[in-house]
Amino acid sequence: MTTTIAKAAMRDKYGEVLVKLGEENPNVVFVGGDLNKSVMSVAFGKKFPERFFDFGAAEANMMNVAAGLAASGKIPFVSTFAVFATGNAFEQIRVGIAQSNLNVKIVVTHAGIMTGEDGISAQSIEDLALMCSFPTFNVIVPADVIETEQAVRTAANTFGPFYIRLVRPATKIVLPQNYQFRLGKAATLREGKDLTIIACGVLVPAALDAAESLAKAGIQARVLNMASLRPFDEEAVIAAAKDTGAIVTAEEHLKHGGLGAAVARVVAEKRLAPVEMVALPDGYCESGTPDELLVKYHLTPADIEAAAKRALTRKKA
Amino acid sequence: MANHVATSPIKPHSVAELQAKAKVNRRHIVQMTHWAGSGHPGGSLSAIDLMTSLYFRILKHNPNEPKWADRDRFILSKAHDCPAIYACLAESGYFPVDELKTFRKLNSRIQGHAHIKTPGVEMSGGSLGQGLSFGVGVSLALRLDKRDSKVYVMIGDGECDEGQVWEAAMAAKHYKLQNLILILDRNRIQNDRFTSDVMELEPLPDKWRAFGFVVHEIDGHNMQQIVETLEMARTLTGPVAIIAHTTKGKGVSFMENNADWHGKAPNVEQLAQAMKELA
Repeated sequence: MTTTIAKAAMRDKYGEVLVKLGEENPNVVFVGGDLNKSVMSVAFGKKFPERFFDFGAAEANMMNVAAGLAASGKIPFVSTFAVFATGNAFEQIRVGIAQSNLNVKIVVTHAGIMTGEDGISAQSIEDLALMCSFPTFNVIVPADVIETEQAVRTAANTFGPFYIRLVRPATKIVLPQNYQFRLGKAATLREGKDLTIIACGVLVPAALDAAESLAKAGIQARVLNMASLRPFDEEAVIAAAKDTGAIVTAEEHLKHGGLGAAVARVVAEKRLAPVEMVALPDGYCESGTPDELLVKYHLTPADIEAAAKRALTRKKA
Repeated sequence: MANHVATSPIKPHSVAELQAKAKVNRRHIVQMTHWAGSGHPGGSLSAIDLMTSLYFRILKHNPNEPKWADRDRFILSKAHDCPAIYACLAESGYFPVDELKTFRKLNSRIQGHAHIKTPGVEMSGGSLGQGLSFGVGVSLALRLDKRDSKVYVMIGDGECDEGQVWEAAMAAKHYKLQNLILILDRNRIQNDRFTSDVMELEPLPDKWRAFGFVVHEIDGHNMQQIVETLEMARTLTGPVAIIAHTTKGKGVSFMENNADWHGKAPNVEQLAQAMKELA
């Protein structure tokens, strides 16, 4: 009997949660830029038209408007595609939100190569580097819809600027129903003594598949879901280096400035261990289906497994 | 504290008192930039008559309670001209006048560009083009909260080069922001040169009208006209744009209408000369 793997889209869940947050807290407002059908904020706008603001294709303006709303006691959720938020409005986020430490929640959809057929202009593969560069921001990369709901709720209930990175297509539901997202904490999804795979976002299911496959070869991999890139769980990385002696990172982003870079920094500073990074190769991708792109650009369970074996070889060397 | 009602403890100044206060503030601006050895005196001096009238007559605000929910907001988008706002804030009691000596120095509360952490400063700036957007957000929040406070946003004329200004202008009209009053310091000089040499802005009033603003042009150094216009503007259905024709470096002869004084500090002799002229 074949089992169907349940999939659901993070942005659909975001849209649902946004409406619930609107019901729970009258200070929650929405700021969008003519992509509301895509970021799933239409339902919020129908239910709370007076708290729904569309600024058209004008991301710079949108970010500072959100800052003004936040400075006046509102909790603005700002949503557009990852590329437009981080690329068009970097300076507005930097001075207007990050340096002011304002309570703005930027929830982007269509992140990374999962945007697929729209091609490289729509594929944000640099956004985590940009957003993790802000010292005041919380940066979250949910693994599935379960974590999306909890991350969005955490953002609403935690003072400070947040960046939450969602993808367009439905993705595997990988976390248990009783999963607890904790800001700044890694979640151990599987125990193992031989090495640790640290993954975030859509590569969390791939990391679990790789661990399963490694187990069949007698290699026990610990798997950490590192959804929170800022604040970052350095202790979990140090423990991984200490307990298992080898680390593989897996993310759907360039190597520069993302999860792998953050892990490597901790390893270099605190506890040496070989680190192998599964990330996008240095360059831009192309149009294609998300699954095709994941294969062509080496972000599959098999790629993680191969990286694990390289890490183990280095560990023994 | 829930039912605490703050009121403005600042006595509304007469035109003559505002003129005298503006002169005091001009001396602060020149001294601050001298002490700091850097900063932006030119645009501070062009804007100071407008800002003095706001802080000492027009704005509903309380230096003892900077975050009073019903205050009017003054948002300085051209945040490099913060010596002007620091002078106004210190003179109205947000922090001691003596603290102006710390401008741009280590551990100071008054930073090189206006920052939201300084008591009385509403927005962090330093990157042009952002203030009107921020003002749109504040204005929307006040409307949601059913507060009748006014939102004043001051921008520079060179700042109008920034496309974001016009994104915000469209939004202000689209959302019918009746409590939003833009004050444009039209001193005709930006960092490098005259605005007309860098990037032609005219017909500037027509541009703001085309974006849906009620436009008034004034002499930004005529205190009587400033006060009359700002008081009248409170009664208008906005968004309103007041284009204030000013002189960069106003009040210090060698700084007036000279782009070199956009971002340069006076030396000892220049300070002495300026203070003599502002005595």
